Amino acid sequence: MMNCKQATRLLSEQLERPLHGGEKLQLKLHLLMCRGCRNFGDQMRTLRQLSKGYAKTASEADGKDGAARGSSDLDS
Amino acid sequence: MSDSEGSDSFVEEGSSGVERDAAVSGPSGATVEEQLVDPQFLAELRAQMLKFARLQLRDDDQAEDAVQEALAGALKNIESFARQSALKTWVFSILKFKIADALRYRQRVIASSQLGDEEQREQQFMDALFKTNGHWHRAERPTSWNGPQGGVQSDHFWRVFDACLNGLPEKQARVFMMREFIELESEEICSQLSLSTSNLHVILYRARLRLRECLENSWFETSAARSRGESTA
Repeated sequence: MMNCKQATRLLSEQLERPLHGGEKLQLKLHLLMCRGCRNFGDQMRTLRQLSKGYAKTASEADGKDGAARGSSDLDS
Repeated sequence: MSDSEGSDSFVEEGSSGVERDAAVSGPSGATVEEQLVDPQFLAELRAQMLKFARLQLRDDDQAEDAVQEALAGALKNIESFARQSALKTWVFSILKFKIADALRYRQRVIASSQLGDEEQREQQFMDALFKTNGHWHRAERPTSWNGPQGGVQSDHFWRVFDACLNGLPEKQARVFMMREFIELESEEICSQLSLSTSNLHVILYRARLRLRECLENSWFETSAARSRGESTA
């Protein structure tokens, strides 16, 4: 039985690679029963969205407070 | 650049006087052993080696050690050298090995001590989140971020996001930014930073765990509390 540590690891990893059948099934079962990890999964997607938004804001916000946003690394 | 050439000419220049004396070692009857224990020759050779080692290692003690060991190594095998110039070349080649060893050792020590600290910090962080059975500690269980997301585009939110990002260990922040901001593919990050794929996955996982933790504590929970009318002080 998968625990939350393993489930969160897979929830992060599925942003990087497709999970294989066994992993998918076990994760699904775990998520059915675990609201915390369901939320974590949603948060992973949100984090990815936010990061895209951040990169955009950072490049737009240049003069304003771009320094605080580490824009030097992001503008391209 | 050829190493042996470099040190050779370096040696010849610095010790021309001694070199000439040594070249006529035949008639004077001095053996290589005798030459090497000649105080003046030894002092000059040592000084040259030290200068060289210091330049490489930038650490006086380590340079001293490397020179000492190289000289000791040379003395052990002294009979295989007929001429001082050959001897010097050889001593310098030993010295280079010693220096390379010292540099490698230094790198290994730094790498492993950093790794040790890092792993310990990660372990502590994981222990704070998960119980020994791998399930969430009740207080750490992720909440729903749906409620206050409307405020996400505000300047205040991005300042919190910045702070959370700055709070990540340096390597995690760098990898996370390469992956999520610059949107590089895994393989590209792996090859740029010489990471294995599983290495990369672990780093990203840790970065995401920390980031979400920080965002939840510093933004979403406080916003949720605010919207519930609770005091956030």
